[in-house]
Amino acid sequence: MRPILMKGHERPLTFLKYNNDGDLLFSCAKDHNPTVWFADNGERLGTYRGHNGAVWCCDVSRDSGRLITGSADQTVKLWNVQTGQQLFTFNFDSPARSVDFSVGDKLAVITSDPFMELTSAIHVKRIARDPADQTAESVLVLKGPQGRINRAVWGPLNRTIISGGEDAVIRIWDAETGKLLQESDKESGHKKTITSLVKSADGSHFLSGSLDKSARLWDTRTMTLIKTYVTERPVNAVAMSPLLDHVVLGGGQDASAVTTTDHRAGKFEAKFYDKILQEEIGGVKGHFGPINALAFNPDGKSFSSGGEDGYVRLHHFDQDYFNIKL
Amino acid sequence: MAAAKLRWGELEEDDGEDLDFLLPARQVIGPDVNGIKKVIDYKFDEEGNKVKITTTTRTRKLANARLTKRAVERRSWPKFGDAVHEDVGSRLTMVSTEEIVLERPKPLGAKAEESQAAGEPFQRGAVLMVCRTCGKKGDHWTSKCPYKDLAPPPEGFVDKPTASDASTAATGATKGSYVPPSMRAGADRTSGSDMRRRNDENSVRVTNLSEDTREPDLLELFRPFGAVSRVYVAIDQKTSMSRGFGFVNFVSREDAQRAINKLNGYGYDNLILRVEWATPRTT
Repeated sequence: MRPILMKGHERPLTFLKYNNDGDLLFSCAKDHNPTVWFADNGERLGTYRGHNGAVWCCDVSRDSGRLITGSADQTVKLWNVQTGQQLFTFNFDSPARSVDFSVGDKLAVITSDPFMELTSAIHVKRIARDPADQTAESVLVLKGPQGRINRAVWGPLNRTIISGGEDAVIRIWDAETGKLLQESDKESGHKKTITSLVKSADGSHFLSGSLDKSARLWDTRTMTLIKTYVTERPVNAVAMSPLLDHVVLGGGQDASAVTTTDHRAGKFEAKFYDKILQEEIGGVKGHFGPINALAFNPDGKSFSSGGEDGYVRLHHFDQDYFNIKL
Repeated sequence: MAAAKLRWGELEEDDGEDLDFLLPARQVIGPDVNGIKKVIDYKFDEEGNKVKITTTTRTRKLANARLTKRAVERRSWPKFGDAVHEDVGSRLTMVSTEEIVLERPKPLGAKAEESQAAGEPFQRGAVLMVCRTCGKKGDHWTSKCPYKDLAPPPEGFVDKPTASDASTAATGATKGSYVPPSMRAGADRTSGSDMRRRNDENSVRVTNLSEDTREPDLLELFRPFGAVSRVYVAIDQKTSMSRGFGFVNFVSREDAQRAINKLNGYGYDNLILRVEWATPRTT
């Protein structure tokens, strides 16, 4: 396959997200402008101007009408996807790390970083249908985990919130009461910072990637460890194919060490693993730095990766990818 | 998406000739079930002859791109933000010139054999294939090692006499002298050590050689004391000048000892030679 290279960002990529139809790809980077691209040919549709810091995360509503972005400028903004117009700004007292729309797009979960004496927190905000009615109040604020919460996503039926972060513990919270329901235990859990967390297409299980050089597959309801994928580099990003039983891990050595070693030592490929057999299927090379973001097209026929090198690489799979047998 | 795309086969040729009305009308046949379409055109060539051109095109559905109505609508959304006034030459989106393949970690079907070879190295001759860098058996040769760039410098370098020289320094704990990484405390010295031992047998170090001295000269000098197995003069790689020291290996130890006794302090080419055992005598 010949990947499409998209060089719209001037700084390292942080997050990638496809919309529900799989025709738009949203990219966030440490420069201040989240960007939307056509997912088939990589043409740039527009940028969302207004943030004043690195943009860490984004999510798009199911109807592709709204975009929510969380940024290090201590704000979370709602955008009109079509026009790039700012609809609302949530102000926080610390950088926002992760955002996720609930099923139905009526709620959003936002995590904020620890900052000064503030501890990290998970905020649940109500998203109004009409931006004029939007308020900044939190429905729920969850506190407790130490360090950054790198990712928080909604569980099935919006009943739970799944979070993971620097303390390497995955927690499942009750989205109504804010009670901690479950957490990963020491033996089966990650040993280092959890960098990414992604749900399967049906939400029955989720995958977490960690700097302990592994990714783990968990059952959403019971919080049992299903599979572990071991790799030889810290995992910055994970993605799950919605079509085949494949998972993709992206990572690489720490960005600060890249210049001191040979590029071959960095292991900047996106590694494909068989979800069930936990065997490595193959690697896709190309980035000149660690992979920070991975996303699968909802149709499972293409995926994109965003690297520390500022490039988004959009890969449309060749036919033989779909016939791979281990 | 397919609908929006202009098919080049359907494009009409516009040659601006005024005689065109003389020609028969263009005929379009098909497309049939297989998507094959025939277009028959007539035109004049340079000499004014009537030429019939039959173009056969096959229209294929583009990879069943199923798009929702919404997505098709989005396709025509106007650009916004920085994408509005984008330079034509900025080339933000490029197709990679490089063909990227999903690199399989091992060839198809090789998996079972590989794990077997790792467990029982004496099967299938896999024992021959031992990677000296990462120590993996039967997976790849040293030159193909994925960790090649992380490996210590090759043995050939360590084998040079200077290294054995430095080992005396290291054992003698003289501070401030250079110790190559391979000789430092904690360094992995297992590899290549047996090779050095063979070379160090009855090895005599000759220092304070004049720059003109070459290996044949040294051989000539040491030959009378007994059978010499190796003569070596250190040559600077950059300047290709002698570095002023060399090594002579004798077949027998007695000969070497006699040579040392005789030639240490011997005047050779205006310089006073210093001849000694190359390695510190072990006990």
